[in-house]
Amino acid sequence: MARVEIEDVEVELFMRALQLRHGYDFSRYAPASFKRRVLNLAANAGCRTIIELTDRLLREDELVPQVIAGLSVPVSEMFRNPSVFRVLREDVLPVLASYPVINIWQAGCAFGQEVYSLAILLEEAGLYDRSQIFATDFSDAALVRAQEGIFPAREARSYSENYLAAGGKRSLADYYHARYEFMKFDERLKRNVTFANHNLVCDGVFCEAHLILCRNVLIYFTNTLQDHVLSLFRDSLVRNGFLCLGNRENIDFASAARDFSPVNARERVYRKNADAP
Amino acid sequence: MSASPSAVVMGCSAGGMGALRTVLGGLSATFPRPVVVVCHTGSEDVTTFCELLELASTLPVREARERQLMMPGVVHMAPSGYHLLLERGGRFSLSIDERVSFARPAIDVLFDTAASACGKDLIGVLMTGANNDGAAGLRTIRRLGGLAIVQDPADAQASAMPQAALEIAGADHVVPLKGIAPLLNQLCP
Ligand SMILES: C[S@@+](CC[C@H](N)C(=O)[O-])C[C@H]1O[C@@H](n2cnc3c(N)ncnc32)[C@H](O)[C@@H]1O
Repeated sequence: MARVEIEDVEVELFMRALQLRHGYDFSRYAPASFKRRVLNLAANAGCRTIIELTDRLLREDELVPQVIAGLSVPVSEMFRNPSVFRVLREDVLPVLASYPVINIWQAGCAFGQEVYSLAILLEEAGLYDRSQIFATDFSDAALVRAQEGIFPAREARSYSENYLAAGGKRSLADYYHARYEFMKFDERLKRNVTFANHNLVCDGVFCEAHLILCRNVLIYFTNTLQDHVLSLFRDSLVRNGFLCLGNRENIDFASAARDFSPVNARERVYRKNADAP
Repeated sequence: MSASPSAVVMGCSAGGMGALRTVLGGLSATFPRPVVVVCHTGSEDVTTFCELLELASTLPVREARERQLMMPGVVHMAPSGYHLLLERGGRFSLSIDERVSFARPAIDVLFDTAASACGKDLIGVLMTGANNDGAAGLRTIRRLGGLAIVQDPADAQASAMPQAALEIAGADHVVPLKGIAPLLNQLCP
């Protein structure tokens, strides 16, 4: 019993140190997965205990990006849950097509798999040239990788299958060059993408968006932080703007959910209510 | 401090569908604890999986939803593609962090977090499977005062998983599949 109680104290101290010394606030992250990440981080940094990691974190500023990268765990896929992208293609983009300029905010973009997925979707709908994608994450390391657009070739098969299941009109291979064990996505797909650091915990409205995509990020947040971020999304969306969350997210406990109505509840696609503040 | 929640957590892989039908079918209709399950092989289409199991089960079988409280007398099944975690107050959370032992959902992730949340009021059950997921989690459960039930490897459709559990975690009870439900009914009257 004692051992795990000690770990919980250590996680708390680590979190406080990160906040007091470096300004990152993880106090409203869901505790169980946060603890697992901190334990992994300590093990990967060769520390025997979390306290040892905390000690280094206090004294070595250069460790901060590595810690943030470790806490961010940017696991993603292209066209993850293809049916969602089908709904975006068939039900959302035709509505967005009526705007002269389309702003899309992709929050928590990880290594960019969804950014390139979106760009391809817009390209095939003939809308990309009047679209602007704002891809944000709070991990600089993830943003660097997202801008590179390079993914392991072993993913090619599952990405292609997802792309086709999402209603892709060509072959995914038309959009990347395969080199050795990597695939690099066409530079042109980035022509209307802006990558930027944005922390959903403490940063404000980022742009005036017609569509916000934020999938599998709020699952890591407690109810209060989830509610805070949903309010931020509401304030960032145009009247009747769209919001797309991850496939298994539950917003029943957030009061800001009142300001959204489902377009497709199963696929977690919502629309901001016309009378929302 | 509020009392920790009590629960039964189960893990299985290859052969898991059959094993779950037997165990869930044998639980008492008034089973007093929540039952939380990770089955690697069942989770691709979790809705259908739950429906099929419910046909054999005395208890309702539902997909576990994030932020929801686990319920006494309900079987909660991990959704596909996500790790299922138990938070301290007995609520579920999900993550798409890397696979653990090549699996997501991983039994170890559920067992570890449930052990922290429930302490001694937890029973872990590990059954048939062809890998070693769950062994480390079962060790955590025992370390924190919970109870471990492992299916007798000789009786399991795939013996690797219960075998690994016995080597790494040991067990409080080693029983054949048919003995698991009666034992649970007896332990949780
Ligand atoms: C699991 S990934 C989701 C990737 C992708 N959206 C998907 O569903 O495939 C979560 C991402 O959210 C980012 N994230 C976590 N907390 C954040 C915060 N406070 N602000 C911005 N991004 C955050 C992480 O860095 C990570 O890249």
